[in-house]
Amino acid sequence: MSLEVIQPGVLSLLQDRGRFGQHRIGLTTGGPLDPEAFFWCNRLLENDPACTTVEVSFGGGHFRCLADTFICVTGAGMPLTINGEEKPLWAVHRVTQGDEIRLDFAEQGCRSYLGVADGFTIEPSFGSTSTVVREKLGGLHGDKLQPGDVLPCARASGRKHYYLPPERQPRYQAMTTVRVIPGYQQAHFSRIQQRRFFSHAYTVSDRCDRMGYRLEGPAIRCDIDGILSEGICFGAIQIPADGQPIVLLNDRQTIGGYPKIGSALSLDAARLSQLRPGDTVHFAPISPHGAHNALHLAHSATRRPPLLEQPN
Amino acid sequence: MDIHFAGENALILYLGQETSPETAARVQAACLAIEAALAGDLIDLVPSYASVLVIYDPLRTDHMSVGHRMREALASTGPAVDVQGRTVVLPVYYGAEVAADLDALAERASLSAQDVVDLHSGTEYRVYAIGFAPGFAYLGQVDERIAAPRLATPRQKVPRGAVAIADRQTAVYPAVSPGGWNLIGRCPTRMFDPAATPTMPVAVGDRVRFEAISRDRFLALGGDLT
Repeated sequence: MSLEVIQPGVLSLLQDRGRFGQHRIGLTTGGPLDPEAFFWCNRLLENDPACTTVEVSFGGGHFRCLADTFICVTGAGMPLTINGEEKPLWAVHRVTQGDEIRLDFAEQGCRSYLGVADGFTIEPSFGSTSTVVREKLGGLHGDKLQPGDVLPCARASGRKHYYLPPERQPRYQAMTTVRVIPGYQQAHFSRIQQRRFFSHAYTVSDRCDRMGYRLEGPAIRCDIDGILSEGICFGAIQIPADGQPIVLLNDRQTIGGYPKIGSALSLDAARLSQLRPGDTVHFAPISPHGAHNALHLAHSATRRPPLLEQPN
Repeated sequence: MDIHFAGENALILYLGQETSPETAARVQAACLAIEAALAGDLIDLVPSYASVLVIYDPLRTDHMSVGHRMREALASTGPAVDVQGRTVVLPVYYGAEVAADLDALAERASLSAQDVVDLHSGTEYRVYAIGFAPGFAYLGQVDERIAAPRLATPRQKVPRGAVAIADRQTAVYPAVSPGGWNLIGRCPTRMFDPAATPTMPVAVGDRVRFEAISRDRFLALGGDLT
């Protein structure tokens, strides 16, 4: 019982929620760049929220079903076809053995999640199946998916055809505002530098990946060049000597010595990771209280509403 | 007590401005106290040279509660007693064939290669931090006489087990990776082995000594010369 990878596309990675509690041996967290889309993929499939999915970046994936199961694709607008027939994203579809699933290149956003009923059955390493290529950990062999890989999953029957109506689906645009909790070395950035950071548009550079998104725009100066290496949390915004901010994401290094002006709110980092080179980012400050409230509201907003069933 | 916001679910505690055994001892003591105080609300801790990053579950607790519990726990730990970590001995083959930068480093320091080896293996180090890559342990402090700046052009490929110096830090590369540190020897001990228990022979706070070994001994211990 499995799904066979015919073509993985640009970058496809097995991801569960991430690898936590292992920073002390230098392991990063990995996990889905867009946890909101990842969450909906599993929720619509009635899966445990930690089930392993495939994160498809940019698109171009082609898979063959070797089992009767149900699938769901959420996230970036990658046209989905099953045996050549167009199917909606954010909806559960029945598939049977021999069916061909294709994900074309994304029209909006760039990360999507392909899930199956009960998730892919992958042996965890250090408590997680998340693939971190740099660490050669997780997934099938610590690497991105390759043609011919076989992703084990259970045979499943009896899933409801749940879907998320369009008005509740996130919209991925070419511009986003990232709320930032000021922190770390914030005091070493003068008021003028902070105002510059929060009042200008930044452009996503070509150097954006699962480690971090490097941005280009007005250079931000810090009073200090470097610091004693210290722990880097998710979303931390490093300002290296060239003054160009780097938002550190799931595959970031666990410690580093560049000054940081604060950290992105995870809800907004998820939208940031749907941007492509050339897209636009604005930063806005948010208080720790505001961030805490935003996380709780987002949590209940995604978990509480009842699911809708597609009339079949 | 110097606690700063780090992110939506992280606070960072600063315990000093520079690398020293005293600060490292305070980092160790703080980690133990914070772990006990936060228990199930804690997601992860990242100890480093002079700081501890505390990552908590924001759906179970909040920054005010975490900050409060950290302050209470740290206030009651009293003056930092140096938690005696283990002392781990790592064998090193310092032969020229695996020590590409040893001669240049010796020349800079106006010492013989043997002097560099003696100074490197004659010092007890402390594990100050682990990061950069899985199992990469930053050890300090290297004797001032053999401290050396990073290479101007980092190597594309440093072999697993390479023993290296950068500034007053030394390390054993846990896996093949790019790197700009000065290579002075090779260690046959695996610094990171996902299949082993424990995964790493050292933890933050442990002491490390290097022991010079012969080529034959290096090979007998499973060392790889390539």
